[in-house]
Amino acid sequence: MAVAAPQRAPEAPTQLRPGRGRDRSPLSLFFVAGLWLSLALAIVFLMTLILTTAIDGAPRLDANLFTEYDSTLFPEKTGARAGILGTMWLMVATALLAVPLGIAAALYLEEFADGRRWYNRLIELNLQNLAAVPSVIYGMLAVAFMSLVGRNQTDIVIGGALALALLILPVIIITTREAIRAVPTEIRDASLALGATPWQTAWRQVLPSAVPGISTGTILALSRAIGEAAPLLLLGVAVSVRFDPNGLLSAFTALPIQVFNWTAASQDEYKTAAAAAIIVLLTMVLLLNGLAIYIRNHFQRRW
Amino acid sequence: MTSVGTTSTRQPGAAAPQALAAAHADAERHLPDQPDPLMEALALNVYYGDFHAVHNVNLVFGKNEITALIGPSGCGKSTVLRCLNRMNDLVPGARVEGEVNYHGLNLYTRDVDPIEVRRRIGMVFQKPNPFPKSIYDNVAYGPRVTGMKVDSMDDLVEQALRGAALWDEVKGKLKESAYSLSGGQQQRLCIARTIAVRPDVILMDEPCSALDPIATSRIEDLMMTLREEYTIVIVTHNMQQAARISDRTAFFTAQPDETTGNRTGLLVEYDKTRQIFSNPADRRTEDYISGRFG
Repeated sequence: MAVAAPQRAPEAPTQLRPGRGRDRSPLSLFFVAGLWLSLALAIVFLMTLILTTAIDGAPRLDANLFTEYDSTLFPEKTGARAGILGTMWLMVATALLAVPLGIAAALYLEEFADGRRWYNRLIELNLQNLAAVPSVIYGMLAVAFMSLVGRNQTDIVIGGALALALLILPVIIITTREAIRAVPTEIRDASLALGATPWQTAWRQVLPSAVPGISTGTILALSRAIGEAAPLLLLGVAVSVRFDPNGLLSAFTALPIQVFNWTAASQDEYKTAAAAAIIVLLTMVLLLNGLAIYIRNHFQRRW
Repeated sequence: MTSVGTTSTRQPGAAAPQALAAAHADAERHLPDQPDPLMEALALNVYYGDFHAVHNVNLVFGKNEITALIGPSGCGKSTVLRCLNRMNDLVPGARVEGEVNYHGLNLYTRDVDPIEVRRRIGMVFQKPNPFPKSIYDNVAYGPRVTGMKVDSMDDLVEQALRGAALWDEVKGKLKESAYSLSGGQQQRLCIARTIAVRPDVILMDEPCSALDPIATSRIEDLMMTLREEYTIVIVTHNMQQAARISDRTAFFTAQPDETTGNRTGLLVEYDKTRQIFSNPADRRTEDYISGRFG
């Protein structure tokens, strides 16, 4: 085999071209401007919404808002006490229903299911689709389920929790699967090679390592559920309640429902109260998201 | 083929293998001609789906010996290793034909529990993979999950860490994270973790490939000590390492299939390490260990 003499390498430039390392062609400048504009637009909208709501609601961010029930006689003193308590009951019940189910489903799909079997693939496909189903549908599903188990009264905490749990279940499953997938295979191999069973490996190695990811995903899912009104309306949840919910079978109302009700009322006092209630709801969401960020930053594992 | 512009002084050939053979740390060690068979692979064939990964391997692993599996990438040596404790069961689509006998019992018969197999035949991996737990809990994990009856877990952990020549370095910080250790220490921790469940075979899949030379040399010393109590099978890309520490060496190569072009691993030669490195019987072995390919 004949080998050609190697080509002389082209002369390397001895001087470096000056410049500031930025792409300055008109097209890319245009593109970057477009990106900035999109971002600015999103933030402007969000800020406008929050600010106008805050200004509208500020006069009613008083103690009455938290301690009083909804009042038709004194619109200027109406309160969201029932809604705030109802929302808290609803969130706890939703989490209790959705989190164990979601984690169990994700664990099965990631650690035990044979992804080549048709039924597992069908489940996967369904999960992706479930995440895109409108929330009203979950309300209908919850109504149907409640009547199946013989309860005709659907405007109770467990009914709402059922609807919201179904709503966030796909999100929890998907984020938990991501968290489980992020645990390196080497850890599983090491555990199995020591004579641990797959179950022990999942329970003692995979799940603890995935907890930060799972809790972040779960909290974000809950903060989505907290603002849902549509499935609750479908369940017939009362718009005006003058007692504290006291159990899973208790009738209740939730903050989004009260907001929905008040914004539809004709008196301006109710509109102000609605804005104040929105601020309360937003604060709850922000607190949840803050918790998620805290958990992510402080318990995240680096491999 | 001529090389242009470089003058090579390196003469691949007879000199290199002899140097390697002389590198054997205890050339005086008495080695029986036939290994005392603690484990053996008989007519072992491995498939991943339709892909024939390993073709008809017959190997004997001698009790209290270090057997090295060497060969170019993709020759199936790691696959063979992972058959020995049924880790290949975990790979979807993997299929094993033939027998792997352990104390005369075929590990691939129906009523053998792979969990029990892996407890008796431990494994150390290429990349140090300690659990994200304390040093103590890393070692205690195996005994705990396998439900081993231990009088004192503290003693067992100390014994295992001493066995892996790590005790003196970590005895003051057993509760610290295993990730605070250096790479070489982590790998010795993985060895300690493995011997804590008292296996009698230890499989090592390129245990030093992620380590620096000093850490490597410590692991090699450790392996020579462990040989007194355990049977060791090691896969290595490092021929000097095989020459230094192993008693017997199996050389694998990858042979492309004539029709599909898929490369199937097969065993070329298996002999005492000294023999393999000084006087290989097969041309392909000689080419490989003298650096002419691979």
